[in-house]
Amino acid sequence: MPLIQLKSISKHYTMGAQTVRALNNITLNILENEYIAFIGASGSGKSTMMNILGCLDTPTYGDYCLNDNNVATLEESALADIRNKEIGFIFQSFNLLPRATALSNVMQPLIYRGVSLKDRKKLATEALNKVNLTDRMNHLPNELSGGQRQRVAIARALVTKPSILLADEPTGNLDSQTSIEIMKLFDQLHNEGQTIVMVTHENDIAAHCQRIVRMQDGTIIEDSHAV
Amino acid sequence: MLFSIAESFRSALQAIRAHGFRSFLTTLGIIIGVASVIAVVSVVQGLSYSINAEFENLGSNTLTISADTPIEDAMKGKIARITLRDYQDISNTITDINSITPTVFGFGRIREVKFGSQIETSQVIGTTATYRQVNSLYMDKGRFLTFDDNNKRRRVIVIGPSLIDSLELSDNPIGTFIQVGGEWFKIVGVTESKGKLFGFDQDNTAFMPFSTMRSLIGRQSTAPIQIQLSLSDLNSLNQVEENISRILRRNHRLAPDDVNDFKIQTPEQLRNSVNKIIDGITIVLGGIVSISLLVGGIGIMNIMLVSVTERTREIGICKAIGAKRHHILLQFLIEAVVLSVLGGVVGIIIGYGLGIAASAMIPNFPPAAVPFWAITLAFCFSAAVGVLFGIIPAAKAANLKPIDALRYE
Ligand SMILES: Nc1ncnc2c1ncn2[C@@H]1O[C@H](COP(=O)(O)OP(=O)(O)O)[C@@H](O)[C@H]1O
Ligand SMILES: [Mg+2]
Repeated sequence: MPLIQLKSISKHYTMGAQTVRALNNITLNILENEYIAFIGASGSGKSTMMNILGCLDTPTYGDYCLNDNNVATLEESALADIRNKEIGFIFQSFNLLPRATALSNVMQPLIYRGVSLKDRKKLATEALNKVNLTDRMNHLPNELSGGQRQRVAIARALVTKPSILLADEPTGNLDSQTSIEIMKLFDQLHNEGQTIVMVTHENDIAAHCQRIVRMQDGTIIEDSHAV
Repeated sequence: MLFSIAESFRSALQAIRAHGFRSFLTTLGIIIGVASVIAVVSVVQGLSYSINAEFENLGSNTLTISADTPIEDAMKGKIARITLRDYQDISNTITDINSITPTVFGFGRIREVKFGSQIETSQVIGTTATYRQVNSLYMDKGRFLTFDDNNKRRRVIVIGPSLIDSLELSDNPIGTFIQVGGEWFKIVGVTESKGKLFGFDQDNTAFMPFSTMRSLIGRQSTAPIQIQLSLSDLNSLNQVEENISRILRRNHRLAPDDVNDFKIQTPEQLRNSVNKIIDGITIVLGGIVSISLLVGGIGIMNIMLVSVTERTREIGICKAIGAKRHHILLQFLIEAVVLSVLGGVVGIIIGYGLGIAASAMIPNFPPAAVPFWAITLAFCFSAAVGVLFGIIPAAKAANLKPIDALRYE
């Protein structure tokens, strides 16, 4: 049973008289503990794909089953639950709450599932520990380097123990040295059994992954280990 | 649910602290709005309360009859007068009168009271013995005017306590001679203090016999007379008013369709007309103050709207990690309410302080008093603005798809 099943997913944007087909009839399965990279030129639809996988956006056509749940039919509050419990999303631009400390940022998702303050602190500290950032817990995002911010974002994604980690160009804003460190972290998480899907346009980043899906103009043109 | 509220409260307080300057500006808008309303209203209401208290002192069964020239007559140069004959006719024919007194006010030189080298301008009143009953005047020393004083046109005078100070008289000035309008008068009494009314010293007065005043003014006497009377039975008020009207209209030879050239006022009416003036002042000031409420409100609105972009992104982030609509709305609602209540309370305190300070700075001004409605009005308005403009953008953002909120600019 695949963790994720996409059946004929399309995403169209209507701009006046023109329709942009950001995703065009995509069918794809993702299994548990896979480590996948979507690669492709800018504008090929990678982010659109990730946003739909992360339930941040909804497809125009097609079915999306996550853990055997048809996500396409869910209403907003159920989607919020899925985002909270099943998905850990990591953005290229980190998307941390600018006025909250690293610790508060990591604790934030736990508020929405009703975890008490004491447990939130404990879980968040554990997650920050995992990304090696225990000593920067009480810093604000703007007091952290890019790599450190992305670690906070990863800790925030991990803290809810999601079924799947989605990362849209997680190293896109980082220098190459820091990128390597972040990728090592992803490798380690994958070794611990985490399912990871990421987007990149750099081949050496994609090389960390086991399965590489190449996209172009909203379609999949190559899938190294299609299931 | 309780958990949600507690957590939202925590998040809200955190957000208020995190956005310190914006929180401060929002609160400031509310403070300015509330404080200005409270300050103005408290001063006006203080004035109104003290005026009403003042009227409580006047008996409610007192009538004052004075001339009231109709506008058309005034334009023709005709001035209405109450005459001595009017007084005598009323005094002789009308029953149900407890006491009645004519008064005539000194003018020009007859307002100058002199002792040694000290000269003071006072309200000099010519009247009779009954003035004391009608106006509930009490004596501190000596006696009031008598009928005999009036009949014999004696040069005696009763003074208010302020004149003792201003003329540098001895503590017991009975028997001392002072000059009024260049004539010598013997002091026979000092009245008890009546205090001040809107800065007007009610004790800077001098009473001389009515007949003495008339001779001082001269034969061609044009000084207007006022008649004051108190009723023995308040129920006959309408009847008495009607009878007085009839006498005066006859005496003044008014045709049936002429308007009255006099007015008969009860303290109640006087109080009503004063209250009308105060209400007018309240409305005008209220209008001015509403503008400051509005300005405060617009300030709040601006601050809230300006931060929408920033906050929409934050809302997008929260939605991306699992926040539901109610999490976001509750947090923003609590944030807005906390800021508004904070601003409201500080505003009330500052406004009340300003009101007290303003009252204290104007000499003899009555103390400020804040009515509940003003607090409620100012508070509700500011809170409504704060909450509305805090929550509407948040509600809009909460309705966006997370990806749209994240992309918002
Ligand atoms: N909100 C949007 N409105 C209109 N067009 C969009 C929107 N988002 C993405 N697109 C279009 O969809 C296509 C795919 O975009 P995207 O998924 O961001 O590409 P990638 O991440 O691979 O660079 C692009 O042509 C882009 O212009
Ligand atoms: Mg992209």
